[in-house]
Amino acid sequence: MTMAVTVEAHELTKDYKFGFHDIDVSVFRTEKGLSPEVVAAISAHKNEPEWMLKFRLKALSHFRKRVMPSWGADLSGIDFDNIYYYVKPTEEQSRSWDDVPDSIRQTFDRLGIPEAERKFLAGVSAQYDSEVVYHSIREDLDKLGVLFGDCDTGLRDHPEIFRKYFGTVIPANDNKFAALNSAVWSGGSFVYVPKGVRVDIPLQAYFRINSDNMGQFERTLIIAEEGSYVHYIEGCTAPTYSSDSLHSAVVEIIAHKDAHVRYTTIQNWSNNVYNLVTKRAVAYEGARVEWIDGNLGSKLTMKYPSIYLMGEHAHGEVLSAAFAGEGQHQDAGSKCIHVASNTTSNVVSRSISKGGGRTSYRGHIKVHEKATGVRSSVRCDALLLDEESQSDTYPYMDIDSPDVSIGHEATVSKIGDEQIFYLMSRGLSESDATALIVNGFFEPFVKELPMEYAVELNRLLAVQMEGSVG
Amino acid sequence: MSDSARLVVEGLRARVEGKEILNGVDLVVPTGEVHALMGPNGSGKSTLAYTLLGHPNYEVTGGSASFDGTDLLPLAADERARLGMFLCFQYPTSIPGVSVVNFLRAALKAQGKEMPAREFLRTLSAVMGELKIDESFRSRYINDGFSGGEKKRMEILQLALLRPRLAVLDETDSGLDVDALRTVAEGVDRVRGTDMGVLVITHYPRILEYLRPDAVHVLHRGRVVVSGGHDLARRIEADGYDPILGAGAGTAAREGNP
Ligand SMILES: Nc1ncnc2c1ncn2[C@@H]1O[C@H](COP(=O)(O)OP(=O)(O)OP(=O)(O)O)[C@@H](O)[C@H]1O
Ligand SMILES: [Mg+2]
Repeated sequence: MTMAVTVEAHELTKDYKFGFHDIDVSVFRTEKGLSPEVVAAISAHKNEPEWMLKFRLKALSHFRKRVMPSWGADLSGIDFDNIYYYVKPTEEQSRSWDDVPDSIRQTFDRLGIPEAERKFLAGVSAQYDSEVVYHSIREDLDKLGVLFGDCDTGLRDHPEIFRKYFGTVIPANDNKFAALNSAVWSGGSFVYVPKGVRVDIPLQAYFRINSDNMGQFERTLIIAEEGSYVHYIEGCTAPTYSSDSLHSAVVEIIAHKDAHVRYTTIQNWSNNVYNLVTKRAVAYEGARVEWIDGNLGSKLTMKYPSIYLMGEHAHGEVLSAAFAGEGQHQDAGSKCIHVASNTTSNVVSRSISKGGGRTSYRGHIKVHEKATGVRSSVRCDALLLDEESQSDTYPYMDIDSPDVSIGHEATVSKIGDEQIFYLMSRGLSESDATALIVNGFFEPFVKELPMEYAVELNRLLAVQMEGSVG
Repeated sequence: MSDSARLVVEGLRARVEGKEILNGVDLVVPTGEVHALMGPNGSGKSTLAYTLLGHPNYEVTGGSASFDGTDLLPLAADERARLGMFLCFQYPTSIPGVSVVNFLRAALKAQGKEMPAREFLRTLSAVMGELKIDESFRSRYINDGFSGGEKKRMEILQLALLRPRLAVLDETDSGLDVDALRTVAEGVDRVRGTDMGVLVITHYPRILEYLRPDAVHVLHRGRVVVSGGHDLARRIEADGYDPILGAGAGTAAREGNP
């Protein structure tokens, strides 16, 4: 028997099927608010080595010193004192879904995670509030030396690798929210793929916020050794509470020579989550890094996946799709920093605004002085579904080398009357016609997703589109 | 004849962008017949087609239009399509990201004409073969980067799959090569005498030689000013519109205007 009580927060969840939440089953939480004591309590609770406690406390002082970024979206709604920074849901991490407490397992069942795992994933990690409650990896990958677990386990069980890379791509003082994450981080994923190993099917991490007034600060570190390949997918949802939650992750990727890392995100937070994430990769010689970044949910997302192209012939790809409905602001973009010669980058961004929603694209292309033979192409297209909605583009180019080829194109368009009429003249209702056009607009993104996710994304879009016409 | 499915247009007036384009069109297309609609550039042929199909930018300001006894005017475009009306667009629009195959399935579904997947693909292959459309077009995006003739073929493909009861072909013949033109004409000819009516808008007699229309109508300044048999089209080809649209046409236009 299960004790889970599921509460539907009806008026806010009408379009959001993941808005349910379970009763609080947490076994430990720090007091609300942020202080050195809270940071120390988290570290002590995790039995961390001294260096990590120092790292955290230093990060906290960075966080306190940094002013709120004012160049972008409106962050004034965040009340840092009214947040639980660490909520531990279970005593143990499980390797079998049977050992996960009923109420939590039910949540992941409803989200379809165990089923997806059986069908098409090489490994799964499921984080609930601050801790990963379940993780597994296919045995053969385990034997090949692929590591896939939470970052806490990485720190504990693989300290040499962990310490070598942790915080090197995104230092604690990088920005205010990276500093915050560095101070209170918990969970996330630690992925290590040894030289030459190709993980043929994706690894997935699933992030779920359950508690009210909760901050989730997962930390992900992916290291792909020479010539290896890995595709990592993250999905996220949260209940719809009346008060806001904060999700502030840090993701660091290191792609060594000729490695290929693809990182796919389907962000579907409920519309009361501030989603402020720092994601950055370094790509060495001949390496390829791809951020496939889909943002449908959240109240505000600020996220600009970046790639530092450090070695010759490294390639970076950022393909993003954003949907902003009523009350939502998707402030997304990308950064490609060409440090080495003959590096290439390709950025494609598609965004849709509806019902007064707002999408922004912020892009930064930088080419270092000595980098020659650099090619970069940026294309962002925005689609507005009505008069109240808004979209803006802030491209920023910083080219210090003469030998580069840079293409930049941006368009903003309204959904076309002629397209709607064409489809309606074939019998499609206005809403079906709109949905088809919208799906088509996201097609360059969707076609990069594994089939199951493509289907899910189109379904989520359909939900978002409901009631948008007529 | 009154019982058979047909298009009846009486005194239809319509405007677009505040401009009166249709000034009282009278037209009847009975089931099983093929009618041609001709007329100089800008006379309102496409406007009539759009208005009949329910384009929201074309505002009806008078008259009536019914199909099979159903008043068309209160109906939205999709409802008219589901009644069995179909337009081969003069300038088909492109819809990037939406594949031809997905679109066709969605259209069939919307019209309650869904087929099992296998049957659908078989039918699609057969029709594409007949129209000499390469299989690769299935996964291409609707009209995206299509050549003029390819767009026209794609319209005919939809016509063949959706099997409407009234098809309006707006200059489908312009831009088609000789072989495709013959295929289209043969296709249209095959439905003659069935429960489908066809209104062919064209400037060229060639397609009419294939189709041997039951009637030819000439639209001028938003009105049908002359109707006749196939020989009317031949006369237009030989002598142009001037002899037909001379003083007589002008009078007819005024007579019809109370
Ligand atoms: N959306 C519009 N806005 C303004 N004027 C329009 C619009 N649509 C049609 N018109 C005008 O209405 C008139 C009739 O146009 P229509 O396209 O119906 O002509 P047509 O008979 O189909 O001509 P063609 O033989 O060249 O295809 C033209 O003068 C055209 O400019
Ligand atoms: Mg025309």
